[in-house]
Amino acid sequence: MNEMIKVGMADLNVCAAPDAITTLGLGSCVGIVLYDPVTKIAGLVHVMLPDSTKILNNENKAKFADTGIDELIRRMMGIGAKRSALIAKIAGGAQMFAFSNNSDMMRIGERNVEATKQKLKELGIMIRAEDTGANYGRTIEFYPENGELHIKSVGKDRKII
Amino acid sequence: MVSHIDLDKINNMQYDVLREIGNIGAGNATTALSQMINSKIDMKVPNVELLEFKNLPDIVGGAEKIVVGILFTLQGQIDGMMMFMMDMPASRHLVNLLMGGSEEGGTEEFTEMELSALKEIGNIIAGAYLSSLSGLTNLVITSSIPYLSIDMAGAILSVPAIEFGKIGDKALLIETEFGDDLKAVNGYFILIPSLKSYGAILSSLGL
Repeated sequence: MNEMIKVGMADLNVCAAPDAITTLGLGSCVGIVLYDPVTKIAGLVHVMLPDSTKILNNENKAKFADTGIDELIRRMMGIGAKRSALIAKIAGGAQMFAFSNNSDMMRIGERNVEATKQKLKELGIMIRAEDTGANYGRTIEFYPENGELHIKSVGKDRKII
Repeated sequence: MVSHIDLDKINNMQYDVLREIGNIGAGNATTALSQMINSKIDMKVPNVELLEFKNLPDIVGGAEKIVVGILFTLQGQIDGMMMFMMDMPASRHLVNLLMGGSEEGGTEEFTEMELSALKEIGNIIAGAYLSSLSGLTNLVITSSIPYLSIDMAGAILSVPAIEFGKIGDKALLIETEFGDDLKAVNGYFILIPSLKSYGAILSSLGL
């Protein structure tokens, strides 16, 4: 591995082997990795909200599952990834606090995951692996060299999907 | 009439007022904490910061730092969230001070009882912060019960960040660091009013 490229909240980036790409401390947000196994080009978007059409201020494409995935694909194709080869791995969408009353806030992680799956389905991109839901944060690292997504959580063993 | 504010166009005077709110709120909260553990706790000058989401976890030491986060949702004339964050050694120290028992600096996981105690500490402290804010502005604020999570700071802060994400690309927060001389009990109060609440706060104070 040469370089570990960091992606922040509501942010996206692309990389190619032997570099790797990471995002730290995913909570209710979802980390979506798209990957072209042939060219070993990968992209990661850290989305916060499910749907850009429900929000007035939607200029930051990386903030939303729908526009984030579109933009990620565009960026990856820009550096040579093949659209038809793309597969996805997703992680995050946790419910960090056990809210008792506010259903909208309570379900945000779950809604982010649903929107992500819906969008990928529309685009015909297969989800090869996922680690979503539950109530804990995740740091993820993706290695385009071998297609492994590493997931680190507090008090848990490193998981590879 | 509630004035609407544009987060990118807050002027210096408005910043000063928000910083003063942090000062008074955190001052009361720090006093409450001090009395609870019978030891002197100081606070720093509050920061009022407009942050891009990706820089948010940096205020408490990075996205992967493990923290105890106690969150309150706020309703009423000011809505939004209030968060009380401490790192693990500080939380353990605080619980030990209050409950006695286990040896200093123990690293064992918190028991259910200790988690309840942490929530209650959060409750008292947030109550002190919010009642002073309410008194100052003459606005009604109702707080939820405390919600607790022990996890990476980035994951915990994603919850308020998402609420802000619905209206913009940045979060404005009033953050105050507190600590004792030995740095044994230190942490952060973070007040995160909704955008319209900023308008309500500022206009209640005549701005």
